[in-house]
Amino acid sequence: MTCIAKSKFHHPQLPTNELGLTYRDYEGSMSTLCAGCGHDSVGAAVVQACFELSLPAHRIAKLSGIGCSSKAPTYFLGKSHGFNSVHGRMPSVVTGANLANRELVYLGMSGDGDSASIGLGQFAHVARRKLNMSYIVANNGAYGLTKGQASATADRGSLMKGGKEVMDEGIDLVSLALSMGATYVARSFSGDKDQLVPLIKGALSHQGFAFIDVLSPCVTFNNHKGSTKSYDYLRDHMESLISADFIPVKSEITAQSEPGLSKDIFMHDGSMMRFRATDDSYDLSNKQSALNAISEHTGKGEVLTGLLYLEPGGSDLHENIQTVCEPLNELSYKDLCPGSEALDTLNKSFR
Amino acid sequence: MKLIQSVNDFVIKFANANGTGSASANNLFAKAIFNMGVPVSPRNIFPSNIQGLPTWYEVRVNEAGYLGRRGGGVEVVVAMNPQSIADDIAAVLPGGCFLYDSSNPLPSRLHRDDIQIIGIPFTGLCREQFTNTKQRMLFKNISYVGALAALLNIEFDIFTGLLGQQFKGKEHLITANITALELGYVYAKKHVECPIDIRVSKSDAVKDKILVDGNTATGLGCVYGGATVCGWYPITPSTSVVEAFTRFSERMRIDPASGRKRFGVVQMEDELAAIGVVMGASWNGARAFTATSGPGISLMSELLGLAYFAEIPLVLVNVQRGGPSTGMPTRTQQSDILACAYASHGDTKHVLTFPATPKECFEFAAESFDLAERLQTPVIIMSDLELGMNDWLCDPLEWDDETQYDRGKVLNAEQLDALESDKPFARYMDIDDDGICYRTYPGTHPEKGAFFTRGTSRDKHALYTEEGDHYVDNMERLLKKHRTAATLIPAPVIQINDKQHKMGVIYYGTTDNVMPESLLKLEKQGLHFNSMRIRSYPFNDEVAEFIERHETMYVIEQNRDAQMRSLLINELDCHPKKLIKVLHYDGMPIPVQAVVGGILSHLDTQDPALTGND
Repeated sequence: MTCIAKSKFHHPQLPTNELGLTYRDYEGSMSTLCAGCGHDSVGAAVVQACFELSLPAHRIAKLSGIGCSSKAPTYFLGKSHGFNSVHGRMPSVVTGANLANRELVYLGMSGDGDSASIGLGQFAHVARRKLNMSYIVANNGAYGLTKGQASATADRGSLMKGGKEVMDEGIDLVSLALSMGATYVARSFSGDKDQLVPLIKGALSHQGFAFIDVLSPCVTFNNHKGSTKSYDYLRDHMESLISADFIPVKSEITAQSEPGLSKDIFMHDGSMMRFRATDDSYDLSNKQSALNAISEHTGKGEVLTGLLYLEPGGSDLHENIQTVCEPLNELSYKDLCPGSEALDTLNKSFR
Repeated sequence: MKLIQSVNDFVIKFANANGTGSASANNLFAKAIFNMGVPVSPRNIFPSNIQGLPTWYEVRVNEAGYLGRRGGGVEVVVAMNPQSIADDIAAVLPGGCFLYDSSNPLPSRLHRDDIQIIGIPFTGLCREQFTNTKQRMLFKNISYVGALAALLNIEFDIFTGLLGQQFKGKEHLITANITALELGYVYAKKHVECPIDIRVSKSDAVKDKILVDGNTATGLGCVYGGATVCGWYPITPSTSVVEAFTRFSERMRIDPASGRKRFGVVQMEDELAAIGVVMGASWNGARAFTATSGPGISLMSELLGLAYFAEIPLVLVNVQRGGPSTGMPTRTQQSDILACAYASHGDTKHVLTFPATPKECFEFAAESFDLAERLQTPVIIMSDLELGMNDWLCDPLEWDDETQYDRGKVLNAEQLDALESDKPFARYMDIDDDGICYRTYPGTHPEKGAFFTRGTSRDKHALYTEEGDHYVDNMERLLKKHRTAATLIPAPVIQINDKQHKMGVIYYGTTDNVMPESLLKLEKQGLHFNSMRIRSYPFNDEVAEFIERHETMYVIEQNRDAQMRSLLINELDCHPKKLIKVLHYDGMPIPVQAVVGGILSHLDTQDPALTGND
């Protein structure tokens, strides 16, 4: 299907962003995922978020592992460099890419098999290193490309296609990300664009490790009655505790907050997340309240969504290891090579 | 009893217990002989253990410069470990010297009449001199070095000089060490006729040579080669490569204005992640490397396949150790040749280099970044424990300040704009007919040059395809690129001693240490060999010609399965019967006697008329 080029034609009055680009400029090639796949909605949300943020697409690098979710980056941001790496190893590849050039925006796209099974180790470690990136998992609880086996995020008791019950405990990537030190943590649903797009905008603007677990149903293998990852189940059980809006830097003055109802948290670049919790006592900057809320709602059979934790202004890997401010890949021979005189001194020390 | 009389030609072996601080004392001893101008090769023979197990340190002293492992017994043993004392006294050659700590009596069953036995109560001397337990243990080692200074005739002032350098600014340490040295020195002078018949005499044979280990030189080579990113996972015997890179970078790669680092080293969670970091950084235009050993190579194989197929440059240092599996983690081998040459599933071929000296470690490491970026593929430096973790005498390291890094075929924004509109950027198009295509770094141009890097089959535009023709085209181009690589990598070192071209020897890496001496011994028996030291893979034309021209060649290797021989046969299609295996793989470096013995025992089975013996 990818050989069929998407039509370049678009309506002449399509709205443009600050860069003069339309939404279409952020699209990728034609999707080869199943019709109705949640992952395409995630891709569409990424496109909208980047368009609305007026991010230059070529300054974004999109990286993924292996699986349906990891194919998805082909279908958005066609002007960005992409890297479809190896199953479960995207986090380390982004780590290297980010070390080489700290100035690009890094978007990691992964799935539940890629991040919770084969890549669980790398997922945990990239979070604890606080790599400055946005990490999205399109989570459907099943392996699509190999025809529907349960993944490690499938809930215990959920039924797989064919009726087999999942007996192992499901891994909650959000709780794991929180424990591991992620500084922006959210859960959303591919079917709720209004919630998802601001969350992605916030993640892309966040300095540090931003994680979004997007429940993204697999229409072919995990969308039946008895599955806890189906469209119907998720629509019935989703509980949005906190609604969050992303307010870009320039809109600060016009976007008035409603006193007493919503709270603002400034991001490092001056933009802000404005959020409103249904429960007044919820503290977005308290990791423990996020973990408690998740376990409380899970206990009630609900899927908690929204922005769950935000720690702005935290350090990232580059700060922790004190690299220079300019990208390492731009350093010249002069900056890097100590030269023959220094080598002569070293030779003397080897005598 | 006839005592060995030898000046500047002997092997001395120190027997210690691991974790007792003997390494620095032994190193001080080797450095002192080096400073007497006499060539030395110290070798640490250590267990996979932190504390307690026996460990040995062997120093070959050889004025003629033959510094490979000789094999067989040794002239002098310093026995400081009761656990291994029976083996240690047995290792002394008849007429040699056995120095032991006589604080405990030597069991009479171990006594030998054919060697000189010297007992000095090092433990007792140090117990009297020092009060603190740790000092008593550490300075016991220094005190036997002091005794050796007297026994072997090493100038005492050299030690004071070396200690002064080592503990600059810490006067109390200098004083304490000199006190410990004097304890042994004075005791030996008083109780033994010094020097003994095996001794050191000042020489100028060292010339301007340096003494450095291979891993230090490799780490330094990565600094000079412009590496800025390193993801790694600790594993013996490669760990000190990254430690050296970090140490030198912290000294020479700090931005003076901000005090920040012009490099990023991250210790990852495993080798999969280590090579992942290197791949991501190289993809994004930084020079990046990692270092590992056997098990790490196995773990990295999947990503090496991706780097080969997606054509991402990267530098990997493999300091080989004894395999398979955990194998002999603190022993040396050359047993990853095939695992690296063909690492990963599917049809893959990687570029390998085989350094033999610290100087080559430095040069190959620095050049490998040019090679990797020029060829857009992994370059694996195949060192080993013997080279990496031991100090070697070698020529001083050199650097040409006219050097420019070759960043390979990378298009910038202006170059992308200058492309003709009917010939847009295509990531996998072989424009120059050398199999190497043009790439772009992420973030280069708003409209042009973006592509999708993938491990799946793709067409020239980097678009996914399962078309057989596109796939085959691409695989054939990768082969062409591999042939291009053969023209860029280090050529073999060939020495012609026999113009008839009858017999040859082929070897690589640390086997080089024993070859000059081995060939001399064979020469003395009237056997003349031409020699070829392979320094890289893919093999270039010179390698093929050498094999073509000779009737019989001995391929000398430090592994069980003659892996280089297999690679030669497989790649050059040469007749297996021409290539005779000479193998040594017990975990200790190959000794001269294994080379000479291996060749002679094969020749014994041959018709003398065929071998050209004179």
